[in-house]
Amino acid sequence: MSLNVTRLGAIARKEVIQLRRDTRSLVLAFLLPLLLLVLFGYAISWDVKDIRLAVLDQDRSADSRALIDAFRASGYFKVQGSLDRSQAIEPLLLRGSSQMVLVVPPDFSARLRTGKTAVLQALVDGSDANTATIVLAYANSIVRSFGLVTQLDARRVRPAITAESRVWYNEQLLSRNMIVPGLIAVIMMIVAAMLTSLTIAREWERGTMEQLASTPVSRSEVVVGKLLPYVAIGLIDVILCAALGVWLFDVPLRGSVLLLLVLSTAYVIGSLGLGIFISAVTRSQLLATQVSMLVTFLPAFLMSGFMYAIDVMPKALQALTYLVPARYFLVVTRGIFLKGVGIEVLRVQGLLMIVFAVVGLALAIRVFRKELHG
Amino acid sequence: MNGQSAAVVAHELTRSFGEFVAVDRVSFEVANGEIFGFLGPNGAGKTTTIKMLAGLLLPSSGHGSVVGFDIYRETEEIKRHIGYMSQLFSLYGDLTVDENIEFFSGLYSLTGSRRRERRDWVLEVAGLQEQATHLTSELPLGFKQRLALGCAVLHEPPVLFLDEPTSGVDPLSRRRFWDLIDTLTRSGTTVFVSTHYMEEAENCDRLALMNRGKLIALDTPAELRAGMRDPLLELRTSDAPRAVEALREVPGVLETALFGRSIHVAVSDEAGVQDTMVARLAERGIELYAIDNVVPSLEDAFVAQVRAAGGAPVE
Repeated sequence: MSLNVTRLGAIARKEVIQLRRDTRSLVLAFLLPLLLLVLFGYAISWDVKDIRLAVLDQDRSADSRALIDAFRASGYFKVQGSLDRSQAIEPLLLRGSSQMVLVVPPDFSARLRTGKTAVLQALVDGSDANTATIVLAYANSIVRSFGLVTQLDARRVRPAITAESRVWYNEQLLSRNMIVPGLIAVIMMIVAAMLTSLTIAREWERGTMEQLASTPVSRSEVVVGKLLPYVAIGLIDVILCAALGVWLFDVPLRGSVLLLLVLSTAYVIGSLGLGIFISAVTRSQLLATQVSMLVTFLPAFLMSGFMYAIDVMPKALQALTYLVPARYFLVVTRGIFLKGVGIEVLRVQGLLMIVFAVVGLALAIRVFRKELHG
Repeated sequence: MNGQSAAVVAHELTRSFGEFVAVDRVSFEVANGEIFGFLGPNGAGKTTTIKMLAGLLLPSSGHGSVVGFDIYRETEEIKRHIGYMSQLFSLYGDLTVDENIEFFSGLYSLTGSRRRERRDWVLEVAGLQEQATHLTSELPLGFKQRLALGCAVLHEPPVLFLDEPTSGVDPLSRRRFWDLIDTLTRSGTTVFVSTHYMEEAENCDRLALMNRGKLIALDTPAELRAGMRDPLLELRTSDAPRAVEALREVPGVLETALFGRSIHVAVSDEAGVQDTMVARLAERGIELYAIDNVVPSLEDAFVAQVRAAGGAPVE
């Protein structure tokens, strides 16, 4: 693959001029990534907070009030008010105005004081299973520690063992800290696949590809020349997203920015190559965009571990995720952002990024070689 | 093959797409500095032949060379030595005139003062100095076509391939385009041009007639016209389309063709054919205004050649 600098420059410069005059591409290149980041940063949160809790307190004792205070004090629940009859429970859950209703039976305090097991009823809206599970877990832990404290208080002893857990790398367990670095991997795929599908397929549709083919420019020069401006855009997007993540969302950036940029470059070259490959095969802007969505964007979004944990996927799907480059890039971005790890830890992922870049580029050039000779 | 005397050589050149034979054992030579016309209806195989010669399409069989370079093995060399312009306008509409010239200069590796010289030359001969900073998409088609030609000859190629370069352009712009081609041939460029405009064919030194993938005649325009042995009559009637129908069945009529509002009829030289024709028209109630012997045009020659080759042009 020998590249002539004059021809390469001509292709790259032409591409930049076209990009500058194409609003659709500019929006895709710069506005869409920021929009996605802000949208996801604010809208998506797996944190469950301020759970709406209604209470039917049939006991009305000091103990039941202490229990409700424990819920309030946990910070996870917002106690909306107390009900006076059990018929009022269902409408609340049906309308969704409460997520959980806690029923304290009349004998709660009495049983607690006589050393018997007191029973509480928690009614949870299970229509959102994920949230319901988290709500129940919170409720259980509050009740357990309330029970323990009451019991120990009664006997005037201290607990033998207490577990003090600490979370590393994402201390407050903020889902935003996971989303922002992951989103960078997804955004790069969008930029790469969508933009290239526009630029290459356009040349086929408008007949300019034939004109290119009649000149001494080689396929590698066309592919690499077209790639250059988009690699630059990809890197600008990484920097923009990282900066926005750090300043707007307080996501920690603990590792080396340089390493992030180097591995991002490899990742974006691979993605661009894939995009070029797709648009060279489909030769239509519309079809290329749709196919790109299907084979690059969606897997990056759904099967990389960005939205859904890979461990809980069906085995067959899990096997497929090994083919999704974003899966590895996600490890890179989360590692560099949150853990601050370097290449010594990301060796395998780094190598895979380079493999991805080479394969993507080779695929793109290969398709061109075939096509120009019709 | 010798690259010395002939700019373009095709020998038994063939290209098929599946079952369909687009170009069928076509052979010819184009001399240096010649304007070589490729004439034929759509689908005759003109474009396919040009693409094979320009290194854009590999032939199925046969040989060929351009400026001495083999069309199988030396396509990259060929591309350095030819200019190519296709029927489809294929410059970048979202680039200005100047930017398009700049882009193709880059692809042909022109640098420094040569690049500036060639840019000024193209703007001048194409008459685009005023439009240099205009977006190409905003230019009239005639301007676009001249710019496309200019971009194709930036590197001063010895051979220029033009595939129906003036299709869809008004006659005045077509004339300007051909003036530009004349300018190029005066400096020694060999021009290989396909067209379906007969008037353009008259500008060529030699013409190759293609029909259904086959080369059916190859000569100068004058010789092709003179080669029509059968007498040619021009009839003006009250209803040309019906007259064509009526005359087709008259014995001794070889070919009828609408020619504007009149009809051209090639007849065999046996006696009495004219009388039968007149009688037939009267029978059908078609009025005959005039009947004359005419000098065959190129189009007549073409129609006759197609008949001689035993097939009607594919529409």
